[in-house]
Amino acid sequence: EFRRFSLERSKPGKFEEFYGLLQHVHKIPNVDVLVGYTDVHGDLLPINNDDNYHKAVSTANPLLRIFIQRKEDADYSAFGTDTMTRKKNVLSNVLRPDNHKKKPHIVISMPQDFRPVSSIIDVDILPETHRRVRLYKYGTDKPLGFYIRDGSSVRVTPHGLEKVPGIFISRLVPGGLAQSTGLLAVNDEVLEVNGIEVSGKSLDQVTDMMIANSRNLIITVRPANQRNNVVRNSRTSGSSGQSTESSLPSSTANTLGNVLQGEEESDEEDIIIEDSGEPQHIPKAAPTSESTESLSQIELLHESTQNGFLPSTEMNSNHSAGSISMECEAPEPGRKSLEEDGTIITL
Amino acid sequence: MRRFLRPGHDPVRERLKRDLFQFNKTVEHGFPHQPSALGYSPFLRLMAIGTRSGAIKLYGAPGVEFMGLHEENNTVMQIHFIPDQCQLVTLLDDNSLHLWSLRQHGGASELREEHRFTLKGPPGSPPSATQVTALLPHSSREVLYLGTESGSIFVVELPSFRVLEDRTISPEAVLQRVPEDNCSRRSCELVEVLQEHPKNPDQILIGYSRGLIVLWDLQNNKATHHFLGSQQLENLYWQRDGSKFISCHYDGSYTQWPVSSDNRQPEPLENTVPYGPFPCKAISKIYWQTTKNGLPYIIFQGGMPRASYGDRHSISVIHGSQQTAFDFTSRVIDFFIIFSSDPAAEFDDPSALVVLAEEELVVIDLRSAGWPAVHPPYLASLHCSAITCSHHVSNIPLKLWERIISAGSKQNIHYSTMPWPIDGGTNIAPDPPQRDLLLTGHEDGTVRFWDASGVCLHLLYKLSTVRVFLTDADPNDNMNTLGEDEWPPLRKVGTFDPYSDDPRLGIQKIYLCKYSGYLAVAGTAGQVLVMELNDEDAEHVVDHAEADLLQDQEGYRWKGHEKLKTRDGPVRFEAGFQPFVLVQCQPPAVVTSLALHSEWKLVAFGTSHGFGLFDHQQKRLVFVKCTLHPSDQLALEGPLSRVKSLKKSLRQSFRRIRRSRVSSRKRRGGAGNASEVQEANAKFDQDALQEMELAPVQRKIEARSAEDSFTGFVRTLYFADTFLRDSSRHCPSLWAGTNGGTVYAFCLRVPPAERRMDEPVRAEQAKEIQLMHRAPVVGILVLDGRSTPLPEPLEVAHDLSKSPDMQGSHQLLVVSEEQFKVFTLPKVSSKLKLKLTALEGCRVRKVTVANFGSCKTDDYSENDLAVLTNLGDIQIISLPFLKLQIRFPCIRKEDVSGIASCVFTKYGQGFYLISPSEFERFSLSTKWLVEPRCIVDMPEVTSNNHVHNKSGTENAARKSSPDDCGEDERKSGRLMEHALLNDEKVLKEIQSTLEGGR
Repeated sequence: EFRRFSLERSKPGKFEEFYGLLQHVHKIPNVDVLVGYTDVHGDLLPINNDDNYHKAVSTANPLLRIFIQRKEDADYSAFGTDTMTRKKNVLSNVLRPDNHKKKPHIVISMPQDFRPVSSIIDVDILPETHRRVRLYKYGTDKPLGFYIRDGSSVRVTPHGLEKVPGIFISRLVPGGLAQSTGLLAVNDEVLEVNGIEVSGKSLDQVTDMMIANSRNLIITVRPANQRNNVVRNSRTSGSSGQSTESSLPSSTANTLGNVLQGEEESDEEDIIIEDSGEPQHIPKAAPTSESTESLSQIELLHESTQNGFLPSTEMNSNHSAGSISMECEAPEPGRKSLEEDGTIITL
Repeated sequence: MRRFLRPGHDPVRERLKRDLFQFNKTVEHGFPHQPSALGYSPFLRLMAIGTRSGAIKLYGAPGVEFMGLHEENNTVMQIHFIPDQCQLVTLLDDNSLHLWSLRQHGGASELREEHRFTLKGPPGSPPSATQVTALLPHSSREVLYLGTESGSIFVVELPSFRVLEDRTISPEAVLQRVPEDNCSRRSCELVEVLQEHPKNPDQILIGYSRGLIVLWDLQNNKATHHFLGSQQLENLYWQRDGSKFISCHYDGSYTQWPVSSDNRQPEPLENTVPYGPFPCKAISKIYWQTTKNGLPYIIFQGGMPRASYGDRHSISVIHGSQQTAFDFTSRVIDFFIIFSSDPAAEFDDPSALVVLAEEELVVIDLRSAGWPAVHPPYLASLHCSAITCSHHVSNIPLKLWERIISAGSKQNIHYSTMPWPIDGGTNIAPDPPQRDLLLTGHEDGTVRFWDASGVCLHLLYKLSTVRVFLTDADPNDNMNTLGEDEWPPLRKVGTFDPYSDDPRLGIQKIYLCKYSGYLAVAGTAGQVLVMELNDEDAEHVVDHAEADLLQDQEGYRWKGHEKLKTRDGPVRFEAGFQPFVLVQCQPPAVVTSLALHSEWKLVAFGTSHGFGLFDHQQKRLVFVKCTLHPSDQLALEGPLSRVKSLKKSLRQSFRRIRRSRVSSRKRRGGAGNASEVQEANAKFDQDALQEMELAPVQRKIEARSAEDSFTGFVRTLYFADTFLRDSSRHCPSLWAGTNGGTVYAFCLRVPPAERRMDEPVRAEQAKEIQLMHRAPVVGILVLDGRSTPLPEPLEVAHDLSKSPDMQGSHQLLVVSEEQFKVFTLPKVSSKLKLKLTALEGCRVRKVTVANFGSCKTDDYSENDLAVLTNLGDIQIISLPFLKLQIRFPCIRKEDVSGIASCVFTKYGQGFYLISPSEFERFSLSTKWLVEPRCIVDMPEVTSNNHVHNKSGTENAARKSSPDDCGEDERKSGRLMEHALLNDEKVLKEIQSTLEGGR
């Protein structure tokens, strides 16, 4: 529901007052909400303290669009700088579909506070009817949360229309990563998994591929609902937007596959714990970057409680576990939760 | 840059790959699944078996075998060899006839299908008019008589399958000669059997189903005699001289009939119901064999008293006062008698009874007293108890080989010493290059040792672990011991026994050290036995230890089976592998991995809860490690927690049954209240259909997490002497990989040999690797400084391998279901990986290091990984660079049990089960190829059909004087086969050791 009201731009007042006002206007006095606004670039940014509240009011031109979400079902990860691409899409789908090229310049909160959850990638090389979605499973406890099934789709071939078997998304788990991104929907046809075409592969094979890539899953789909497609500006769509039915030229797909793999190398590191029996060396050996990270984490925790804006909980646990493991001897049971990716802990 | 370096661009490597790798399915070992027909040629001395899937297999002397497959994949109903030819005719259940022949091609014989034919009646005639029920290849080799359901007998010319219409014997023609008061048109319905007169090829005996038997003169085209049987006819058999024949009937009786020129309608000589007076089952086939001493052998199938023994599958042999009913554990498909094939001989003098039962081949020696069974050299029933695991050991040292054979020969004393009677053809395959053992673990707690060196998979020795435990079944309770005056005189024969007394006894893992003779086996109830080969039987106490894998984990309750109870006090073990240590895991979950290091005298074992290390020298548990994730309830509760899925599968099978009932009812046509039932069933079907529609086949996409079930399941264990802690000192280590993608490495301290008993073995955890993709770890391997896999324990000590390179740095290869990863050692960091699942969507099921030699040069060989995926493909992946070399489709991906049963050998061959009873052997190597190669020579035939079969007469000579070819000669013959040696000196050596052992 929409509410429209006015504020005095020169004297915006404190965030608490504004928050009270919002609750009053929406007649939700006892409901915890998250407040966000769209900045000039169309990015969704949070309002949770005096500073960003003032910033928001000062940038309003002249209208300030404010989004209010119930805290329980809010998508925290919708905010922040690292999520630029994804946000773009959330908003571009909802608000202004033609605005995805712009990049925001304003850093609102601590970058460590946020992690990307999903993104639409390779918009420039894919046909408009396709969408390549990247789901970042790591860094969130949310299940990927979707099911696939066998089905058939109609393709345009040189011999006319042809019915070919395909793989489709059959179900989205409520609250799962796939559903929360809004980028995947039931009956979307899966065309590729991490740059590899699925045509000719069985449902079980595709399942295994997706699970094997689940830490950094990139699925190319042909959405069942083609109305929310990204519309490119005229120049781009003029050049490549014409290639409609068949998927990418193979060379592109190959390059992509390699690029993706390359990216992944750094993403996916196994955890190696070496019990050298001399635990006293461990603190010295701890890399400095780790300590700074854990420090910043503590700071962040402090700040966030103050702000009333909680960063995603899984990050909390991850980081705290990381800091614990650096202080204690390896064979602790706590080590189990140390399976943080992207980190090699050499003790 | 890497993306441009694709495999397959190096021409030198490509050429080498062609010299190294080649995929062949070479031979099927074991017993054909669902046999349906049997044939035998006394002329070729070859036996043919047809199956329900349309395969026919020919067997002769050991190593002589042929296989053919009917394109239609229909059940083979009958097999008949053409007399004195290398040809046979098969009848399938689609009423088609197929002519097969053995032709020599490229120095070896091949079985080929030559012609096919389906009998066609006149237009408008019912299909029964041409439904073939009886088949007689005439001794003239020119025609085939086909008896049909309509009673007509068609004559077909060979090999063209042209119907000679003017020679058709119609029921009308037959009835002309038969007095009408005894017979009607119906008497001549369905030709049950056709038999040619043994002396006069112009006469054939025609038996109709309703009991009428007619002797037909082919020359004059008329019936010369007719015999009026009152009972439904099952089969006929001529006496050798043609003066009498015998008929057997549906009511369990058999009748002798005289054939003389003066009486054209003779009365039966004798009518006997052997198992009367109560109603008996049909006698479906009978033989009447004459002997020199005048007492005939009467051998027949069935005829048991219907009420008390109607469920037995029996073949009875009556010879004078001796009578035995051989009792088979599975249905008898067919049988034949091997007797004197020389047409000039006066008597049959039967030597052996060959019975094809549904699950095994049994051969009975009819010449030796007590009619003992003959040990078949092939067609072994691999599944006499269900196979639960298998293990292959290549290149067995001669000493161990001899000791296993000698242990096995002590078990085989009940068998006849008769040489294998089916001995046609000549095996011309080169001698197998080495002695290979295939060990199969079975559900009943036995391990069978098979000679897998050559084409004939031959049982060498059977080991039972049951004796160590107290089970419900008393081993002394012998079902065979029947009193003297027991009637009928049943005697159980054969080895097929699908019933397991206690499923906990099942063998799950086997590890044999070929140098030391140590054997470790592990089973379903967490039992691990370490055994030693002893040439004498002995009585001793088995040391017993318990390994609590849960350790201090509290609050878990095992809901699965109990552990096995052990026998207290000393146990008597027969010569062979004798257990001396028993470790029982607690909880008694199935052992999922096993490793034995015979040099360090250590055995490691793992279950779904953790793993442990046991010192079998000091008989002390070194350590246990719990790998369980606290949230993994499934692993804790044991197999009972699968009740849900069991219920589901039960429901499904009921549904299937109901559905099939519906369809069968429909076929029969509704009568009475059947329509009501049908309606209800239809509704049920509809419901089931709806249910299916509601839940389409879909797959959940979810990342693996630490909380998944069975992450602690230990999949692989590996001993290695490598650099675990620092690069200057190597030490013994134990590696374990789990289902959750974790690898644990333990540093071991094994005291030196002189203080081995005094100091304890110590272990300390040194490393833990969590693979980020969390896929189950299926293989761990350490590569030495030359990137060669570390040798097996004692391999170097026996000078059979170069000692590993301890100068260069070692590498660790971890194979998960999804990826291959090479890590550096001692500091573990990822060096190289090959992703399989992420790129291809397949998963690793089996992996082994195999050595591939070049077929061009003797001095080149390399080690690669042989990998079987869940799609049934085999991939060869190079070491240490993990490059895919080649891929072969091998097993259908739906054949889950085939994929699960696959074992690779060390030299690029492999086996997998194509049915519960058959191993398919395949080869990935150009160099190591074991396949049948044999010649069947057509014995010379003179004008009067006299056989001058060199081997045949030789055999006959041997048989006629069974006493003078001594024990030794026969033994040496068998040993030649077993030991695969051509060196006379070594042969003598074995013989002397064997004799010494005896």
